[in-house]
Amino acid sequence: MNAKQLFGIAVSVCLASVTFSAQAGSKDDKKLDAKTVEIIKRDFRDKGIAKADRVNQDELQAACSKYKDELPDKLKAKLEAAQAKEIKWPADGNFMGDWKAGEKLAQSGKGMTWSDKAEDPAGGNCYNCHRLSAKEIAYGTIGPSLLNYGKKRAAKEELQRSVYGHIYNAKAYNACANMPRFGHMGILSEAQIKDLVALLLDPESPVNPK
Amino acid sequence: MNTGKLTKMILVLALAASGTAQAADTAASDSDKIEQYREMISDGNPADFDEMRGEELWKKAGGPNQASLEKCDLGKGPGVVKGAYAALPRYFKDTKMVQDLESRLLTCMTTLQGIPEADITAKPFASDKKASDISSLASYVVGQSKGIKMAVSTKHPKEKEAYEIGKRIFFYRAGPYDFACSTCHATSDTRIRMQDLPNFQVKADAQAAYVSWPAYRVSQGLTRSFQWRLNDCFRQQRFPEPKFASEATVALTMYLAVSANGAEYAGPGLKR
Repeated sequence: MNAKQLFGIAVSVCLASVTFSAQAGSKDDKKLDAKTVEIIKRDFRDKGIAKADRVNQDELQAACSKYKDELPDKLKAKLEAAQAKEIKWPADGNFMGDWKAGEKLAQSGKGMTWSDKAEDPAGGNCYNCHRLSAKEIAYGTIGPSLLNYGKKRAAKEELQRSVYGHIYNAKAYNACANMPRFGHMGILSEAQIKDLVALLLDPESPVNPK
Repeated sequence: MNTGKLTKMILVLALAASGTAQAADTAASDSDKIEQYREMISDGNPADFDEMRGEELWKKAGGPNQASLEKCDLGKGPGVVKGAYAALPRYFKDTKMVQDLESRLLTCMTTLQGIPEADITAKPFASDKKASDISSLASYVVGQSKGIKMAVSTKHPKEKEAYEIGKRIFFYRAGPYDFACSTCHATSDTRIRMQDLPNFQVKADAQAAYVSWPAYRVSQGLTRSFQWRLNDCFRQQRFPEPKFASEATVALTMYLAVSANGAEYAGPGLKR
């Protein structure tokens, strides 16, 4: 390579980096971000129980949207800590409910759409995304399979607590997880979350076939 | 359509109805079942009926002005329907807006026929009780792009902007479940229960999904428009309702349509 070629490469590298810095997080991007939010706030309306203010994002939703779910490490840790702080742990210190009620709840994909009624209880939506009981073959695959979840792990209290925490607020463990924050958002009650913990960890549960 | 084809289609519809009833008990994936069904009706789709209804509406004088829609400009010039859908959404000078098909039909129905906008947007989707004119018109227009390659432009600054906003809407997480479009449509080979999900970040997936809508929905017995498709996605996302033909829905459609560029348009399609 001669000096002239080398110079050429150096110039194009400089140009490329200038173009790049002009694009990443540029003024245009910020303007488009702001316009998007403005349009969304204007173009969605109340229907049934789904009120227009549902499009207003909390800090976590806004950050995950902005970074397309790939947060910088520092921000991720900060958001997770903030979510963890808001988990309401069961006052009685007991995490395990009834796995049979949990299985029923896991089957139901209902709840909180504009075609649901306020008095209709929300389901756990679990089978929409996870494999759980070996008997249910119509399971989704957005989340990992949880078949044998309790069998692979010793059902100690620490694990029960962690499972409770994950269902209550998955974002306390992974800020931009796909999974809804069932306790945090008031989708499921404390008792219902306990039933789901039991579905995963109870040795009698069909999630842990013998 | 001849009588033979019609009879066959009615037979197939009856079969499909019994198939839907069985579906709850059996476990074959929805995609497999719909594939069998597609084979059965390879020379016809119940959406044909809606297309025919739409064609009649297009050509018939209607509304307070007693005008047809044959002067409606869908982007290829007044009255040109052939290939129009494969280039939508696009920027229109007269409205100074980027419009998708249904938004543009709304413009034509209000300006040419004099129908009040609210009369159309109050119930823009078909139900089992009542057909929707704008939805049938959309079925007709899309059918006239069958086999034509998707070529949606982002050259005009407003088109580019709609694409960029649509992309942001695709990743916009909100609501009680924190869902965005991307929660279910940005990973490959996933499904909800037995329903396979297209990944719009992968060209081939985005193309296959986009060119198969609007579609006849076997489980509902109705031909569904693209605006309906987005509306029902937002319902399941636990969002409030997107206003019909709003800027938000058009921008999102722009983002999805551009991802499908290069594919042959194949609708109206057929879905579970």
